[in-house]
Amino acid sequence: MTTMPTTFFEWVFFLLQQYGGLFVKGALVTLLLALIGTFVGCIIGFVVGIIQTIPVDPNTGTVKKSFYRCVRWLLDAYVEVFRGTPMIVQAMVVYYGSMSIFNIDMSAMFAGFLVVSINTGAYMAETVRGGINSIDPGQTEAATAIGMNHFQTMRSVIIPQALRNIMPQIGNNLIINIKDTSVLNVISVTELYFSSKSAAGVYYKYFEVFFITCVIYFVMTFTVSRFLRWVEGRMAGPRDYQLVTYDPMQDPCGHFPMPTRKEQD
Amino acid sequence: MDEQKNILEIKELKKKFGEREILKGINFSVNKGDVVCIIGPSGSGKSTLIRCINFLETPTSGEICYKGEDVLKKYKDLALYRTKVGMVFQQFNLFNNMTVLENCVVGQVKVLKKDHEAARQTAMKYLYYVGMADYINAKPNQLSGGQKQRVAIARAMALEPEILLLDEPTSALDSEMVGEVLNVMRELANAGLTMIVVTHEMAFAREVASKVVFIDQGVIAEEATPEIIFKNPSNPRTKEFLSRFNQNN
Ligand SMILES: Nc1ncnc2c1ncn2[C@@H]1O[C@H](COP(=O)(O)OP(=O)(O)O)[C@@H](O)[C@H]1O
Ligand SMILES: [Mg+2]
Repeated sequence: MTTMPTTFFEWVFFLLQQYGGLFVKGALVTLLLALIGTFVGCIIGFVVGIIQTIPVDPNTGTVKKSFYRCVRWLLDAYVEVFRGTPMIVQAMVVYYGSMSIFNIDMSAMFAGFLVVSINTGAYMAETVRGGINSIDPGQTEAATAIGMNHFQTMRSVIIPQALRNIMPQIGNNLIINIKDTSVLNVISVTELYFSSKSAAGVYYKYFEVFFITCVIYFVMTFTVSRFLRWVEGRMAGPRDYQLVTYDPMQDPCGHFPMPTRKEQD
Repeated sequence: MDEQKNILEIKELKKKFGEREILKGINFSVNKGDVVCIIGPSGSGKSTLIRCINFLETPTSGEICYKGEDVLKKYKDLALYRTKVGMVFQQFNLFNNMTVLENCVVGQVKVLKKDHEAARQTAMKYLYYVGMADYINAKPNQLSGGQKQRVAIARAMALEPEILLLDEPTSALDSEMVGEVLNVMRELANAGLTMIVVTHEMAFAREVASKVVFIDQGVIAEEATPEIIFKNPSNPRTKEFLSRFNQNN
């Protein structure tokens, strides 16, 4: 390393050589935070959404009713609080708060995962509730009428359809998370923004470093966006179906006469 | 003996939505093998009644007895009762994320806890009866209305219920598809299935019903055999409804 780079592109090239590993590591941490945070957030969102849509029969006892009301109130509070405060502040409160109040010394990384997950969960809860409500209630009724309970109905009928409908929002959340995990630098999570800042500080080449950072962020979000579109297409399933010729004689259950009511009990 | 025959009895059934009383004390009983057709003007409470029978609506008061026993007392979990009382809806309400076959399998597996192969066989049996066995891989939104409703009937029958409730099963269908669904219903009736059918298909009611119940403004205005209801109703409101009905069609 004898001559220092002079032009912009020389600097970019130089910085990539010097800090390539750092960028890659940072990008991986960012991607991991975003992916796991979004995934866990979705699970939280679905759990909250399912609980919030439990139908309360007018005949249920008052104890059970007030219990449901209590749970619902808590979940509403969770959604409102975490949607209503910036993630950067949540990160500070969770990381330093857990230490000073509960004496838990969590790693910055763990706090990061926690904050992204809970934050995404709050947004997803609303999205999931909307997704569930968008499925026509007739299907829920039909499921009830064949004896399925709320959780069976949710799992087999409603959630698969709601999931498909809210895939675009899940994708949106993932992309937002890739970008917004950058705020976790305030608690020293070594994600891409934090790594870039470290790299930039060495030669005071902020523009060049963050140009690289910018490109990396964009490549990540663009790839994810395209991938999700592909997944959406896959989820739609085939557009047409094949008729199968059903020969009851070939079926192990054989040929049945019209069902006659069993004259039992 | 009489106990045996009486499969469903509804006693003083009342249903309020808020302050509005929609059902004002309904009494009637259904014998095994009966086909009861419920007719009446729109808004008279027919759907509410049929939905109360399998507790999709919770009755405000009154009793529903299945095989002589109060359902709410006997069945802590209504799921088991609901498998014995199948339901077919006006809007089909098929599960859109499942194929035709899955629609007919899911209840057997989840509720009756049958193994998948046994459930598939039963599903195929009923899909075959309704003439939809060739379509097992289709999704509901790829079918015509008549086909959807036949699948919905197969789905309900796959649980092998003792009673089948049908709420205007042909009202959402284009007229050329009404026949195929009525044919299936006719066959089920001939096979001895107990059915309660809300319908505006008077020809069907006249031909198949063992009893016709005319509901008006939340009460049973008249209940009789189809011959009496259609030829010689005793209640002037029945007569008026039927004549108005005939003009409209
Ligand atoms: N969930 C509900 N809440 C309030 N009113 C209802 C509800 N369901 C039905 N109703 C009212 O009950 C009356 C009877 O409805 P319904 O049983 O559907 O009549 P039908 O099936 O005979 O046309 C209607 O006036 C309707 O507006
Ligand atoms: Mg109706």
